[in-house]
Amino acid sequence: MVADSGMVSVSAHGERSRSFRRRGPRALQGWTSGDALFRKVCTAFGLAIVALLALLLYELARGSSLSLSRFGFGFAFEKVWDPVAEKFGAATFIYGTMVTSVIALLVAVPLGVGIAIFLVEMAPPAVGNIIGFLVELLAAIPSIVYGLWGLFVLAPLVRDHVAPFLHATLGFLPFFSGESHGVGMLTAGLVLSIMVLPFIAAVSRDVLAAVPQPLREGSLALGATKWETIWGVVLPYGRTGIGGSVILALGRALGETMAVTMVIGNTPQIVLSLFEPGYTMSSVIANEYSEASGPLYLSSLTELGLLLFIATFAVNGTARALIWRMAHGPGGRA
Amino acid sequence: MTAVVSGTPRFTISPRRKVVNKAMLGLCVAAATFAVAVLMWIFGYVIVQGARYVNIDFFTNLPAPVGEAGGGFLNALVGTGIMVGMASAVSIPVGVLAGIYLAEFGRSWMAQVVRFINDTLNATPSIVAGLFAYTLVVLQVHRFSAIAGSVALAVLMIPTITRTAEEMIRLVPRTLRDAALALGIPEWRMTLQIVLPAAASGIVTGIMLAIARVSGETAALLFTAFNNRFLSFALDQPMSSVPVQVFTYAIAPYDDWHHQAWAGSLVLVSLVALFSAAMRIATRNRHRMRA
Repeated sequence: MVADSGMVSVSAHGERSRSFRRRGPRALQGWTSGDALFRKVCTAFGLAIVALLALLLYELARGSSLSLSRFGFGFAFEKVWDPVAEKFGAATFIYGTMVTSVIALLVAVPLGVGIAIFLVEMAPPAVGNIIGFLVELLAAIPSIVYGLWGLFVLAPLVRDHVAPFLHATLGFLPFFSGESHGVGMLTAGLVLSIMVLPFIAAVSRDVLAAVPQPLREGSLALGATKWETIWGVVLPYGRTGIGGSVILALGRALGETMAVTMVIGNTPQIVLSLFEPGYTMSSVIANEYSEASGPLYLSSLTELGLLLFIATFAVNGTARALIWRMAHGPGGRA
Repeated sequence: MTAVVSGTPRFTISPRRKVVNKAMLGLCVAAATFAVAVLMWIFGYVIVQGARYVNIDFFTNLPAPVGEAGGGFLNALVGTGIMVGMASAVSIPVGVLAGIYLAEFGRSWMAQVVRFINDTLNATPSIVAGLFAYTLVVLQVHRFSAIAGSVALAVLMIPTITRTAEEMIRLVPRTLRDAALALGIPEWRMTLQIVLPAAASGIVTGIMLAIARVSGETAALLFTAFNNRFLSFALDQPMSSVPVQVFTYAIAPYDDWHHQAWAGSLVLVSLVALFSAAMRIATRNRHRMRA
């Protein structure tokens, strides 16, 4: 109580009358002014999160101002990246980032949704809990460990088995032409797919678990099989949330750095064959930043980071909005 | 009515529908099996490769030159400890107080905005956090430093801790708050002395998990703390860290160094696996795990 009495002087008059209205008895006024201070302190720290975002954007924009003024919007479409001639364009890196992310999603979305269906609709609770935990553990493995594993285990596997198989069966497509040397866009995409899998699986699982049980019972009562119920009733009801989980995974895939850097081959080029090495926005920053000489070189790399940040922020914001809508309103509305 | 009662109940499912049903459900089981198998594969590989080279030397020695046996990760372990410690010192108070704000005063539109931004910042690529710390710190003093590394790690930790703190505080039952207020203590003391202790175990576990995760962050440290072959305690100098050391060793063409990289990976993986399990136990009865 002694500690409280000191707080009286801190409170403004308006604060006091407001808390009086809320609390009533005059005797409590001295105590509630401590509340006002506490509330202000907490609010300040909450707003610090907003300030952090503003500072992030400001610093990245400041760091890339030189490149922004020199190259303008053309930066994103220019293919040449030549530090010696001081010509910088982001097109090859944007291409690499997009290709690897698309591969990752193509592999991870069916797998992730399949896992979610298994966990919610099929597995007994005990089994579901254990497998759910193991899948979430995949999300906790450091990126560098995925990179190491990708480089020494997955890349040789892709070179010796996966790529030859794809070439033999689907070789008429330009994506699977030529031969693989292990590292390349396909390997990077596959590593990424494992890394984003837990995000799709975990969010989709929560979404499916939120689908009301009577919908399933109604469908089964009408004579639908279990799969027809899942496909025709459960998944459509949860499609907004599942879409959110996919976009969330896309955000992770876009920004992922170390694992991709170690297995993509780090060659700036735009080629259709997925066996070829490529380069992503995050990898080029990781590889060249500490050795970049000259302000324009550094600035161009920072602009890549700014573009990456804006892209991931927009993507994650969209994902959040979708998942929130799913959590707050009826799901099938979208 | 009579027609229904007297007729034979016909409830048959065509063979095609049965097959589709079995096949698709089978694929879902296969997907789950595949994910678990991949996890086991990665874990198993890291354990088998790493366990051979994790020994006393690994924890007590500095890196050895190429070709010499017995090098260790001492400088990297100390570096990771120092930088993660500094990042925690900043991000734990900020994150917990921001979490209290969202949980206790979180119904206004402003809090909604903060929550949205926090969730979105939570997915900031670690390389972007590194760039931020570079322009904020390294560019000003023209030197890679442990401080810059800590700034980058703090940017990654704050949103995670904020989110965990909010969720854990929200789990504290309403009745506990009502009882406290009914006894006449002010709200701020209710929050700090009743609610926060009740949520403490979950928050602490969440913080440990956040620490374990940033301990494995590489991209944020590559060009902020950089690397250092020697044991360093100077905060304004480049500093080594476990993940950056692993990266350096992994992309070098020497087998000795690859072995060291696996050993370092095993340490990192053990750390996150341990704290993930602890987190799971702490929130066992309320598994509403959201990504």
